[in-house]
Amino acid sequence: MSRSTIDIVNRNLAKRYAKEKRFRLFGLLSILAGLTALCFLLVTIVSNGWGAFTQSYIQLTLDLDPETLSITDPLDNDQWSYANYTAVIKKSLRERFPDIKSRKDKKRLYRIISPGAGYQVNQLMHDRSLLGQTVTIWLPADDDVDSVIKGHIDRNRPENERRVSDKTLALIDELVNSDQLQRKFNNVFFSAGDSSEPEQAGIKGAMLGSFFTLIVALLLSFPIGIAAAIYLEEFAPKNKWTDFIEVNINNLAAVPSIVFGLLGLAVFLNWFGLPRSVPLVGGIVLTLMTLPTIIISSRVALKSVPPSIREAALGLGASKMQTIFDHVLPLALPGMLTGGIIGMAQALGETAPLLMIGMVAFIVDIPGSFTDPATVLPVQIFLWSDSPERAFVERTSGAIMVLLMFLILMNSIAVLLRKRFERRW
Amino acid sequence: MVDTKSSSPTSSDPRDYRNTVGKIEVPNTKMSMRDVDVFYGDKQAVFGVDLDIAKNEVIAMIGPSGCGKSTFLRCMNRMNDTIEGCVVSGSLKLDDQDIYDPKLDVVPLRARVGMVFQKPNPFPKSIYDNVAYGPQIHGLASSRVELDEIVENSLRKAGLWNEAKDRLDQPGTGLSGGQQQRLCIARTIAVSPEVILMDEPCSALDPIATARIEELIDELSANFTIAIVTHSMQQAARVSHRTAYFHLGYLVEIGATDDIFTNPRHRLTEDYITGRFG
Repeated sequence: MSRSTIDIVNRNLAKRYAKEKRFRLFGLLSILAGLTALCFLLVTIVSNGWGAFTQSYIQLTLDLDPETLSITDPLDNDQWSYANYTAVIKKSLRERFPDIKSRKDKKRLYRIISPGAGYQVNQLMHDRSLLGQTVTIWLPADDDVDSVIKGHIDRNRPENERRVSDKTLALIDELVNSDQLQRKFNNVFFSAGDSSEPEQAGIKGAMLGSFFTLIVALLLSFPIGIAAAIYLEEFAPKNKWTDFIEVNINNLAAVPSIVFGLLGLAVFLNWFGLPRSVPLVGGIVLTLMTLPTIIISSRVALKSVPPSIREAALGLGASKMQTIFDHVLPLALPGMLTGGIIGMAQALGETAPLLMIGMVAFIVDIPGSFTDPATVLPVQIFLWSDSPERAFVERTSGAIMVLLMFLILMNSIAVLLRKRFERRW
Repeated sequence: MVDTKSSSPTSSDPRDYRNTVGKIEVPNTKMSMRDVDVFYGDKQAVFGVDLDIAKNEVIAMIGPSGCGKSTFLRCMNRMNDTIEGCVVSGSLKLDDQDIYDPKLDVVPLRARVGMVFQKPNPFPKSIYDNVAYGPQIHGLASSRVELDEIVENSLRKAGLWNEAKDRLDQPGTGLSGGQQQRLCIARTIAVSPEVILMDEPCSALDPIATARIEELIDELSANFTIAIVTHSMQQAARVSHRTAYFHLGYLVEIGATDDIFTNPRHRLTEDYITGRFG
């Protein structure tokens, strides 16, 4: 009798194992598919964006004489502000290439330096003792020159089909040969705001905008979300009203984010008259968007606290408040924090609602407070991806890399917090 | 109330369990329950139970699973309040105070009637904090020194002091199952309750840990009134002074433990304790 049972079991065994193997294979395949997509994405972004972290600089010896700068009275502040800093650069370029005589060639020569380089000289001359001296500095090259150096422009194409003329290429080659044209770390990218010149454009403005916006969102959504979750989960009576609220919260979590932007536009800008394009309003709108996520994950975290802990506290004569704040909340906090950080990461990557409240503007100044016009990283990426200049392509990817870094950082913090505070019972 | 509600000899079915056999009342009453019904929604779990508990006695409640003994126990400090849809009717008194008086605050009630649960449930905090929590929330200690004293005394009474004194700052969840349960007992007695309710305190423990808890119950009965629900008849026989046998939500028989186990009067009690069913 038992003999035959074993036989039946053995007969089916191969089938069972085959099923198991098949299932594991499917799992493995889906993970591989996911990983391939991720690798493809990362490789594309990194290969495109790596160049954004370096920039071609041209070494020039500037003769900062007052005459070229048209400063006649060094004590007159107006003269300093309106001084012709570009003239110094042009003069230096002419001296570096004394053979260039024709007006057309000279114009071409001037264009190898970024049009914004005069601003750098202006910055440099905040040290007024430099007046009349000679300095050697590195100034950013024009984005076309940069593209040539980075190999984005094909030299083998006929001259009329490429952006850079043969004569400019000759200039570039000469500077490269004399080590006066080099790729260096692109600190402008991390220290400047937006600009229409790629070599002068940076993400600092957008990063600070994101920072201020997230601070507002964090300060609002965390307390509100956790308080709402605690009330709904622990105190609210279970009736059709709370059911109604719960359904609505779940619904809001799935509402397209642009709807929150429209709401922000209608309520905060048009009704309350708050200024447009500012991180304060952006933060409020993102708060509305992330609240459902935070409330739902916080409620799940509260629910997952074992009832035995509540019973133990209640059995000792702890009041409801004491039970919740002394025992339930500490155990639920890691889950709440994880939900909160994931909500924040979601807010960091959000573009659509911010478009509606005007955070999509071209803003050169770096925001210094919650009410300065600003843009945020994902919107900056959106803006740059629209720009025609070749050099903005790599800056777009560069900004994406920075955004991804922040997202990875925030999610790792979420994991760390969970590991750190997770307690077993 | 008459002193006994015995099944009359004329009762047609010897297995009728709707009337309680044995003497319900005791001298020196600590808790007094009359006509207690408990409903979970539409389902009635406890039917008209009358029971008195004397001061400093250990009363065991036994019976097959689902007989309502745990439900009844949890009425005594209103732990059933936390269960949705649970309705309790009848009169439950602690020293003549109505436990289910709507004006009564459950916080002081639970300080007076403590509870030890089936599964050891120490807080995920240090051993010290576990024991100190109750006195802290009720403000029983005015200084750190006093609190230390309460913690030490409670751990001593729970027989855990020698094992725990060198690791008071370590998590209570790191102890063994039996130690955890003794920690829970220490936590309960730290508040100095008058009554301790124990809901199958040994069902998750091995025989050695069980023996220690039983010893402990014996020692604690000098100072506390203890009501214990157990599935182990040997345990009931060993630790309790009186035993109540529950069946399908009815209190079938109540009496001195020795009598119940040697000379049960009701047929169902006899069947249960002799292992014929249950």
